[in-house]
Formats: sequence, structure tokens, C-alpha cells
Amino acid sequence: MVLMSVKFDLKKRVKLAQTVWFMYWFAVMGGVLVFSMGLFFKIELRKRSELMDNNESHFLPNLLILMGLIACGINAFGGKICYDSLDPNKFVKWKSMLKSFLVLCMVLNSLLFITALLCFLTRIPLQFTLAEGLKNGMRYYKDTDTPGRCYMKRTLDLMQMEFRCCGNENYRDWFEIQWVSNRYLDFGAKEVKDRIGSNVDGQYLMDGVPFSCCNPSSPRPCIQNQMTNNTAHYSYDHYTEELNVWKRGCRDAMLSYYGGLMNTIGALVLLVTILEVAVTIGLQYVNSSLSTLANPEDPESESEGWILEKTVKETFTDIMATMKSMGKGTKVEEGGEAAVATVS
Amino acid sequence: MAVGKLTFTKAEREKLAEFLWLLNWISVLTGAILFGLGLFLKVEIQKRQEVMLEQGILYVPHMLITTGLVACAINFLGGKICLDCTDTNKFLRWKMVMMPYVVCTLVFTACVLAGAVMCYSISSQLEEALFLGLRNAMRYYKDTDTPGRCYLKKTLDLLQIQFQCCGNSGYRDWFQVQWVSSRYLDMNNSSVRDRLRSNVDRKYLMDGVPFSCCSTASPRPCIQQRLSDRSAHFNFDRQSQQLNLWRRGCRSALMEHYTQILQSIGLTVLLIWLFELLVLTGVRYLQTAMENVIRLGDPDSESEGWILENSLAETARSNFNIIKNLGKCYQGDDDDPNINIPSAATERELPSRCAHIPETS
Repeated sequence: MVLMSVKFDLKKRVKLAQTVWFMYWFAVMGGVLVFSMGLFFKIELRKRSELMDNNESHFLPNLLILMGLIACGINAFGGKICYDSLDPNKFVKWKSMLKSFLVLCMVLNSLLFITALLCFLTRIPLQFTLAEGLKNGMRYYKDTDTPGRCYMKRTLDLMQMEFRCCGNENYRDWFEIQWVSNRYLDFGAKEVKDRIGSNVDGQYLMDGVPFSCCNPSSPRPCIQNQMTNNTAHYSYDHYTEELNVWKRGCRDAMLSYYGGLMNTIGALVLLVTILEVAVTIGLQYVNSSLSTLANPEDPESESEGWILEKTVKETFTDIMATMKSMGKGTKVEEGGEAAVATVS
Repeated sequence: MAVGKLTFTKAEREKLAEFLWLLNWISVLTGAILFGLGLFLKVEIQKRQEVMLEQGILYVPHMLITTGLVACAINFLGGKICLDCTDTNKFLRWKMVMMPYVVCTLVFTACVLAGAVMCYSISSQLEEALFLGLRNAMRYYKDTDTPGRCYLKKTLDLLQIQFQCCGNSGYRDWFQVQWVSSRYLDMNNSSVRDRLRSNVDRKYLMDGVPFSCCSTASPRPCIQQRLSDRSAHFNFDRQSQQLNLWRRGCRSALMEHYTQILQSIGLTVLLIWLFELLVLTGVRYLQTAMENVIRLGDPDSESEGWILENSLAETARSNFNIIKNLGKCYQGDDDDPNINIPSAATERELPSRCAHIPETS
């Protein structure tokens, strides 16, 4: 029993081949799309690699780039085969390797599907990378004179303004690290000495945030220093003040940005996978319809096309049997050689 | 003597007509580009209308938009006409329209040139508008509770952050306006009262700037208050001062931004004008060649085409006379012998009587 068989005459076969060839061109563009999305994601990760501690994994964008290139190549090849199938003379040279090509296409489709799944799952490792990277970034904020870290302040300020966030989880993270460099602290002043003395590690901590945390939508000028002291500012209650600084933490902000990006890319890769499956099925129909001509000499005869020659169960048992016999074949060979060796 | 006289065979005429048909279609595209450029400029100006006192700058993008639409329409018509010119019979349909069409195209091409020139000449007006607009914006910065002005603070902050600028000409402009609202000033505090009293207009002025003036390139945390007093901050040396805030004024930052846009648009419009001039010349040649063919009577013969039938001076003189006589017509018909004497050169152009419309022109 064949799976989903369709009867073909010459006109139908020609139309099928033309349609599948046309679809292959869209599939090539789909491959280019996957490649460019991988490139774009790689660039986005590189842009902010400082905030991820230079530790981020480039596995997914590299995989996307590779899959895009392979998809382009295979689809262009498939398109050529479809084009040649219109002419029975040209098709003869492809006939023999078509079966293995189709198996290769199926492997590619499953790999694309796995890539799409990975896109949706990549949020989880990214979360940990970002948390670690931001924590370190904030710690190095004040080290504008240390080579290798001198641009961390600028990067962090620009990021907080662009993503409208403050600190790692929220603005209070800035209260727990020293973000003012010792170069700008007057160690002769009593206030500075007291504050440093009262801290276990000798760090100058304060309840203030950098200017990049300020929210421009606030109706009053930004309050950056002595944020928890209500009496230091007129008509100010830090519990109810909503608009003064950005409320969101930068880890959440960046995670939602990258998460949204990955979801879009994953959805597009899924669409490309569906297109690939469609063209593979189309090519299988072209192959089967051209192999079963009622009269092999007459190109205008009728033929039958299918997806699988036998039912799914039978095909599966066939494949298992072939693999088993291949395994047995090597064992028999070894046994035969050993026997020959002993004989001679 | 005719200006730019050329002889055309029938084949050359047909080729010219086809070529012009193609050029007219490309001109429709350039007209659409002109329209798009005008729209883009309008959007860019209106995006920052809060810091720009309009003063009629919008006439430049409006000019470009209308010229673009007119270009599309005229060139579409021109394409149709040129296509019909390949066949002498079809040309007869358009005979009456040809001259007005050429005149309209000449006027419209002049408008395109005017648009290009305007793009370059508008900068002083723009600077004035920006100066006044920014001054008002800084004055109303604190009025976040006044309807109509409540978003000026956000707009100005975001502007200063995006264009990396501070104040109108520099950061000291903030020292001259009260940018802290009285709602957030403690009137019971003696230092606040002193400061208010020491100012003539009872404004709370201070030598501090908003946070949006802070430079991200500074190696130290931003110093926003007491900027004139160097000793108030530890280790506040010259270099720290230079890097602390944005040095540029927002007026010059925005001027640079807009000048770049206007220069590129002006250049594109100039190129479009040159292209239109080319199309106009070709159409003029085609028009005169086709008319001469009809006058000669034989559709397959050679004919001459020119830009102007007589020299520039004579054409100018005769056109001036037409306008003078049109004026006299409306005043009342005299027996002015100069009007009724026909002459070879002016027969076609001067009406024998004012009501008589010339058959060919």
C-alpha cells in the first residue's frame, strides 16, 4: 500500500516539476534569511559582550549561519534537479542519487527543526550569563583608569539609558557597591572617613545612583543622592516616588530584548522548516512519478507518484532490517576472514 | 536665426519619441522621489517642533511635496504624448495641448530649481527658529504641571541625551533660567529664601545643570551642582571639567543635523532638475519637429526642430509685445496699425484681432 498516491499524466508532471522548482527558489531565499538572522544575532551578542563578561556562547548564531548556508546549497541543487526533470534525458543522470539526496534533505529538515527549538530555549543560559556579567560590570564601573575596563562606565551608562533600566535587579544594587572611584574621594574630609570606617571592607557605599538611572519623564529634577533619606529633599517620599529613576532592572530589560529577538528568529526558522518539508515532499513526488512510467520509452505515458512506497510501519521495519543486515554483513565478513586465515 | 536647430528624419523622430517616452516614465519616478523627500523633510521638522519656533520653515517641504506631485502628473501626461508622437496621425490630437504643455513644464522645472535653492538658503532662518525655540523650551522646562508644556522637560532631556548637547549655546545657559520648579523648593529654608531674594526677578537660579547634560565619556561620576566653584569638588581639574558635561550647545548640534539633511536633499533636487531640463529640451525638439512635419504636409519627410525659432532677443521682444497687446486688449481695441500688420516672423504669434486665437504657435 503506497502512502498518498496521486496519478500523473505528462501535463501534470510538468506542472508539478515547475511548481517545485519555483518553491525551491523561495527555499533558497529562506536559507539566505536564516543565514542573515544568524549573522544579526551574532552581531547583537558581540555588541554587548562586555556586559556578559565576554563569556557568552556563540553556539546558536554559528549554528544558524551554518544551517543557512547548507540550506541554500541543498535547495539550489534541488532546484537544478527539478529543472532537469522536465527533460527525461537530463533526468537520467540524477536518478541514481536522488534517493540519498532525499534522505539528506530529511536530515537537514530535522536539524532545522532542532535549531528552531534551540532558539526558543536559549533564554535560560542567557539569563545566567547576563546576571553574572552585569554584576561584574557594575563592580568595574569606577575603574575608568584600569586598562581593559576603562570603557565599562560608558558602556553601562549607555546601556542603562538605552534599555531604560537601573542596576541588576533594581536600583538598590548600586547601594551595595562602590561606584565612585577613590581618586575622586577626599580622604581628608570627615564625612568620607566616617563612611569608609563604618563599612567592613572599607568601601565607600552610598544610597545614590549614577545619572544614567534618571528617568526623563519625572516631573521633578532627578534625585540621585541620599535617595532613602526623605528629609534630604523637599516633598519627597522614596517609597511612593515612581518616576524618579528607572524601576526595572537591566537583567530583566536585556533578557526581554534578547528573548523577543530569539522568539522572532525561532518562529521564522520554523516557517523555513515547513517550507523545506514541503519542497522535500514535492521532490519525492517528482522522483516517484518519473520512476513509475507505465511505458518507460514513451514520455507521455501515465505514472503514479507517492510519498512512501509502502506504509509507514512497513518502511520502518524495512529500514531496521537493512541496518541489521548491514551489521550482520560486517560480522560475517570478519568471521569469513578469520576462517580464511585459519585455513590458509 | 533659430536657436539649436537640428534636422530629423522620420526614423529619428520616432526614436526620439520613444526615448522621450522612457525618460518621461523615469521622470515620474523622480517626481515620486521628490515627493518622498519633501515628506521626509516635513516629518523631520515636525518631530522637533517643540524646540523649533516654526516661523514658516515648512514652506520648503510643502514646495517640494507639491512640485513632486506636479512632476508625476506632468511627466505622466508627457509620456502619453510622446508615445502618441511616434504616429503622425495621433499627434494631431495633441497639437493644441503641446505648447501649453511645454510652457507648463518650463514653469515646473523652474519651481524644482527654486526648491533646490531654497534648501540651501534656509539655514539662517532655521538657526533663528532653533535659538528661540530652545530658549523657550529651557524656560518652560520646570512647568511639568502646566497643560501644553508638561512634556517639555522630557523632550529636552531626551534631546540633550540623543544629540549629546547641553543648553542653547553651552551649558552656562542653564545658569540663567530657573529649571527647578517652585513646587520642589522648600520656602522655609533660609538658603532658598536668600537665593530668591538675591535675584531681581525672584527666580531660583543656580550654577547647576539637569542630569541630561552629563557626558557618558567622563571618567568620574557626573558633577551637576556648583559647577562654577572648582574647589567645591575634590580633584576637579581642567580635564575633568572638560569631560564632565557635553560641551556642545543644542542649537549647533541640531543645526548640523538639519544642515546635513538639507544639503543632501538639495543636491538630489538639483540632479532631478538637471534631468527634467534634459527631458524638457527633448520634448521641445519633438514638438517643433512634429509641427514642422505637419506644416510640410508629408509625414515621411525630414523636418527641422529647434529650441527657439528666432534668436533669444527677438523671441523675448515678440513675447513682450504679446503681453503688451493683451494688456491693450483689455483696455479697449484701438486701431493701432502695429497690431494688424502681419509679418513673416510674427504672424503666428501676434493676433490680428485680440479675439482671434492663433492657430499654430
